[in-house]
Amino acid sequence: MTPPSQSFGRRSLERYFRLAPVTVPLYAILIASLVGAVFIIGAGSNPLTAYAALFDGALGSPDRIATTIGRATPFIIGALAVVLGFKAGLFNIGAEGQLLLGALAAAWVGTWSWLAGLPAVLAVPVVLLAGTLGGLVWGGIPGVLKAKTGAHEVITTIMLNSIAAAFASYLITSRDPILLIDQAASTPHTRLVADSARLPALVTGTGLHLGIVLALALCVATYLFLKRTTPGFEIRTVGANKDAALYAGMPVQRTIIVVMAASGALAGIAGAAEVIGGSSGYLTPGAFTNIGFDSIAIALLARGNPLAVVPAALLWGALLSGAPLMQVEADLSVNLVRIVQALIILFVAADAIVRKLFRIRAPRGAVDGGPATFSRGWAG
Amino acid sequence: MTDMNEIAPSNHARPRAAVLELEGITKRFPGVTANADVDLTLHEGEILCLLGENGAGKSTLMNVVFGLYRPDEGVVRVRGEAVSFGSSADAIRHGIGMVHQHFQLVPVMTVAENVVLGKEERRGPFLDIEAARRNVRRLSQKYGLDVDPDAVVGELSVGAQQRVELVKALYRDAEILILDEPTAVLTPQEVVEFFGVVRSLVDSGKSVIFITHKLREVLAVADTVVIMRSGRVVSSTVVEGATEQGLAREMVGRDVGFEIEKAPVSPGAAVLEVEDLHVADDRGHLTVAGFDLVVRAGEIVGIAGVEGNGQRELVEALAGMRTPQSGTVRICGTETTHSSPRDVENLGVGHVPEDRGKHGLVGVYSITDNLVLNRYHSRRFSRRWLMNRAVMRKHAQRLVAEFDIRTPSTEVDAATLSGGNQQKIVMARELSGDIRLLLVAQPTRGLDVGSIEFIHRQIVDRRDAGVAVLLVSAELDEVLTLSDRVGVLYRGTLAAVMDRGDADRDTVGLLMAGGATG
Amino acid sequence: MATVDLPGRPAPARNVPARASVRLQSLGLFFLLLGGSLVWISGHVPVEDVTLVFGLGDLAPRIPVDPPNAVLTIALLYFVAGGVALAHRWTGRYATVALVGAAVLAVPLILILSVALGNVTQTNLLPLLTEALRLSTPIALGALAGLWCERAGVVNIGIEGMMLASAGIGFTFYALVAGAAGGPWLIVAVLVSIGVGGLLGLLHAVLCVTYRTDQIISGVAINLLAIGITSFLRRQVLLPLGVGTGVTLSAIKIPFLSSLPVVGQTLFVGKPIFFTMFVVVLLSRVVLFRTTWGLRVRSVGEKPHAAETLGVNVVRIRYQSVVLGGLIAGLAGAWFTLETVGSFEDLMTNGTGFIALAALIFGKWRPWPAFGGALLFGFSAALGSRIQLLGVEVSGFPVPSQFLQALPYVVTVVVLAGAIGRAIPPAADGVPYEPSR
Repeated sequence: MTPPSQSFGRRSLERYFRLAPVTVPLYAILIASLVGAVFIIGAGSNPLTAYAALFDGALGSPDRIATTIGRATPFIIGALAVVLGFKAGLFNIGAEGQLLLGALAAAWVGTWSWLAGLPAVLAVPVVLLAGTLGGLVWGGIPGVLKAKTGAHEVITTIMLNSIAAAFASYLITSRDPILLIDQAASTPHTRLVADSARLPALVTGTGLHLGIVLALALCVATYLFLKRTTPGFEIRTVGANKDAALYAGMPVQRTIIVVMAASGALAGIAGAAEVIGGSSGYLTPGAFTNIGFDSIAIALLARGNPLAVVPAALLWGALLSGAPLMQVEADLSVNLVRIVQALIILFVAADAIVRKLFRIRAPRGAVDGGPATFSRGWAG
Repeated sequence: MTDMNEIAPSNHARPRAAVLELEGITKRFPGVTANADVDLTLHEGEILCLLGENGAGKSTLMNVVFGLYRPDEGVVRVRGEAVSFGSSADAIRHGIGMVHQHFQLVPVMTVAENVVLGKEERRGPFLDIEAARRNVRRLSQKYGLDVDPDAVVGELSVGAQQRVELVKALYRDAEILILDEPTAVLTPQEVVEFFGVVRSLVDSGKSVIFITHKLREVLAVADTVVIMRSGRVVSSTVVEGATEQGLAREMVGRDVGFEIEKAPVSPGAAVLEVEDLHVADDRGHLTVAGFDLVVRAGEIVGIAGVEGNGQRELVEALAGMRTPQSGTVRICGTETTHSSPRDVENLGVGHVPEDRGKHGLVGVYSITDNLVLNRYHSRRFSRRWLMNRAVMRKHAQRLVAEFDIRTPSTEVDAATLSGGNQQKIVMARELSGDIRLLLVAQPTRGLDVGSIEFIHRQIVDRRDAGVAVLLVSAELDEVLTLSDRVGVLYRGTLAAVMDRGDADRDTVGLLMAGGATG
Repeated sequence: MATVDLPGRPAPARNVPARASVRLQSLGLFFLLLGGSLVWISGHVPVEDVTLVFGLGDLAPRIPVDPPNAVLTIALLYFVAGGVALAHRWTGRYATVALVGAAVLAVPLILILSVALGNVTQTNLLPLLTEALRLSTPIALGALAGLWCERAGVVNIGIEGMMLASAGIGFTFYALVAGAAGGPWLIVAVLVSIGVGGLLGLLHAVLCVTYRTDQIISGVAINLLAIGITSFLRRQVLLPLGVGTGVTLSAIKIPFLSSLPVVGQTLFVGKPIFFTMFVVVLLSRVVLFRTTWGLRVRSVGEKPHAAETLGVNVVRIRYQSVVLGGLIAGLAGAWFTLETVGSFEDLMTNGTGFIALAALIFGKWRPWPAFGGALLFGFSAALGSRIQLLGVEVSGFPVPSQFLQALPYVVTVVVLAGAIGRAIPPAADGVPYEPSR
């Protein structure tokens, strides 16, 4: 037996090495920006001007900062959904579709007339609950399919994304029969949700609404849930070693279904909160495209940590909200930001490259705390 | 004893040329020196046994010879010529062939495809599979190795797979054959047969390095024995005149007791009752078919048998991890045929699974978490959904001391520990509660002698305290050492159950091969 | 001796795995219920005869069908198939045969129903088949791209991105050098597309084989990168050029076969990548199972360490196969812009790469069955647009176009749920290879 004092010393050392991976994403951002600069030069612009405009557009004034945070809100919740899946060894690429289903449910329930008579403290939770259920169902389907038939969630969720998009397009645009469409509108969109069901804005005119508080609360709750509770322990065990979870008497199949459904539910909340918190209060066809896919990238950037999701999502929001100013000032397509984002993910995932370039030691005494490994082939 | 000793060792008086010489081989891995300054000489037509316990560095040394590892220091000479292998392809080109302990065969491909892989004959742009078939048939006839070139390897028995491995090496014209623990998967009778094959190889001019940790095999087959301990060669002698005791002392570095002290057996009430059990494996084949057994409190029932005769499915079914097709299982009078692992565990059953890396541990979890892997939900460690970390940590510290788990702290990941310490974590968790039945599968696989002794002691202590123990092991010696009664599993049924006193190696070995006695 | 003498027992019996049994029974039940609802439907479909035509010209067979009776017949066959599947314990392998037959019957069923419910009285099946084949081209090529990666043990969900990037960059090149106006530059553009796919394959290999990045994450990163680069290029380069719809690869006629009556003009006149697809399937099959390199690829995907001990260079083989997969995905990308549409839109591959992976799994990692899977998806897409053309109405409302667009995706989910339990991937698929040393 090791004396307690020595074991304490070792533990803080352990903790240091577990923290070291934070440096990898930082360096990844640096390299991605450098490679992005090559594209900027190729397009005939000055990288310094472009990046300065990007920064200015994202954080140049209090209102811009608020916009950035508002932009990040659905990313935080969406990425949290993906992280929850990671923890159980599931790769939920379906956040996109689940988020859309949540948004549809909120846009539908939010127009129910009896909601208008309720106080906001009751009406808002009802609509959020509807969004949760919408996402829960859409996330539960691949969960059940995986648990019962072994169909890999990566493909089923991608297919369900396309199905959700077609379904949403039908519900929003159909005039024969009339479903969710606002007949008075010139371009198709859903009817306006009741005022009592709207999430109040925090800084008017910036898209920052009360949803950010919900997002932060969900992050902390998920973190504590995974770390401190027995279901959280079960989820992490299923993710780390499914066979050991089975051996330990954990309900593996049920955990897979529950986690996929819960992950979908979180994505659904993200969609619902945007419908009732966004400036319009209705849903248009093609709205929220890519939020779900961006959430995956953010979850990877956060290396599967529910708390690290917040800074990662803020970075993402900043890149996207700064891009239009960059387009104006440096005459560059906003899509440059997409390339930089893809490169960030690439270098975070291929951390071996970053470690080699910057001579960062691999964490010792611990199998790296990065996102779980998914490459177990198609049958697992 | 067996009739192994009847095979006469070849005449090692004749002076012969050295075909393989190792000089000062050192191989380091991060944190360990696996081989330190190793010298070894193999002569033509010689059978050299490389003896050492698990972890002594035997396999590492042979992987160096076979070109899979590059030595940090030292020289390898083949027929006097210094060589430096970049890959196993170079070793093969120098006439070295290796049969690995874990067969290096592609299960979904045929025997012929496996044999020619990497050294294929072509016809135009295509693979000449006809030539491959011919070659397999020719070699199997020449050396008496019965294999069908068109059989799919995954469907062959382990014995046949081993013959495929030998054909693979011979197809590459290997003159020096390295056999890494080749007998682990064979019945005692098959071992004798296998030694006959090795003899005939040597008689046709090949030289053989035979890696083992079994003393009996050294005495039966070797001309020379090289003993390794902690990465070093501690002895290198001719076998003639050596004794098991003497070899054991050099292998372990101290005197080793072959017997374990046990209180006289006094079986109590029936704890585990199994009737006509049928269990299917993952592919749906019934690998346990009509298994009956009763295990009583205070006795150890050992199940011997060649691996793949249903051991895994049997233990998993008893532990609730696999639903039987039919039959009944009762534990302490409660029927558990269709119970979940959790229900079984709640009846007071400890289960040491055969694959600790797959089932027994979560590598990325701390020792603390692993020690509550299947107890986290008990009232002791959690209230409703909230886990009590402080109690779990205290529990871990107590067990780490009690089971002598060598670790800097209870918070390091289990994957960073040695195999012996990992197994001690599993044992600590499964033996620590208030248990009435202990299911133990392959408890000492891959462990060093010290850990083996410790784990055997723990199992016997539980039995002495009145726990019913079902031990399943492919190591016949382990079954014979620990058990009060011995059963043999053959093709999913219990070929026999006998008192330890009636179980000798020959009888049990014959049953393992499917022969009936009586 | 206290041994118990047991009579010799037979070798362990082979048994149907529990999961498969559940699947057979639930599918059987499904077809029984479907048969029941078809009996009801047969009483409600319009009674006018419809004609199914196969091919062009007077020689083409024309089959008159009476919808209620035809639907009723199929319903009865479904009862039989469902019963046989439910009783699989006694009917054994016939259960599977019956289910496959029932699934195939769904094709005439859907056709007859949609013609009966539509505003025409006849429909030609041959163009439907060729359209299905044509639409299955990128899916089949994508599936083969995945096949070469996964047979060597590298999961590739970046096929979608490889297709998109090669479609976009190939077309941008074409527009830049030749204004998308045809000529020999078109062929060069196809080669550029293939090369782009190969380069992305190389990137995937570097990440997964050399740096042992998680293969799924690497695929996701490649998809993101492709989206970013192609939309950036489109805004920065392609749109400012202002080229309209470009000239695409022209159709070729297969000699002799194209002059066959009834089928010649439809089946054997087509575009080059379409025909190349069949060649690639055939070559993949031959190379994988008949050549030494194919043998090594398979061994590396199943058990790399066994291959390593025999001196096979696992890293090199994996690089070669993944790059080959990338090249094939590049050809699939060229199909979109250079053979079919003649322009480039953002995200125009629209999930084809993922459907291709489903086809690969459906085909159990074998070339021809994977092509069969691709054909299934191509057929469902062709059927969707055919139903739209026929103007099918159900209880007074037209079938929403969105539902028909979603059809291939629904089919993918159903097929995956049904097929994957029996599909066993290469053993080392997705497992990073750590060389000894």
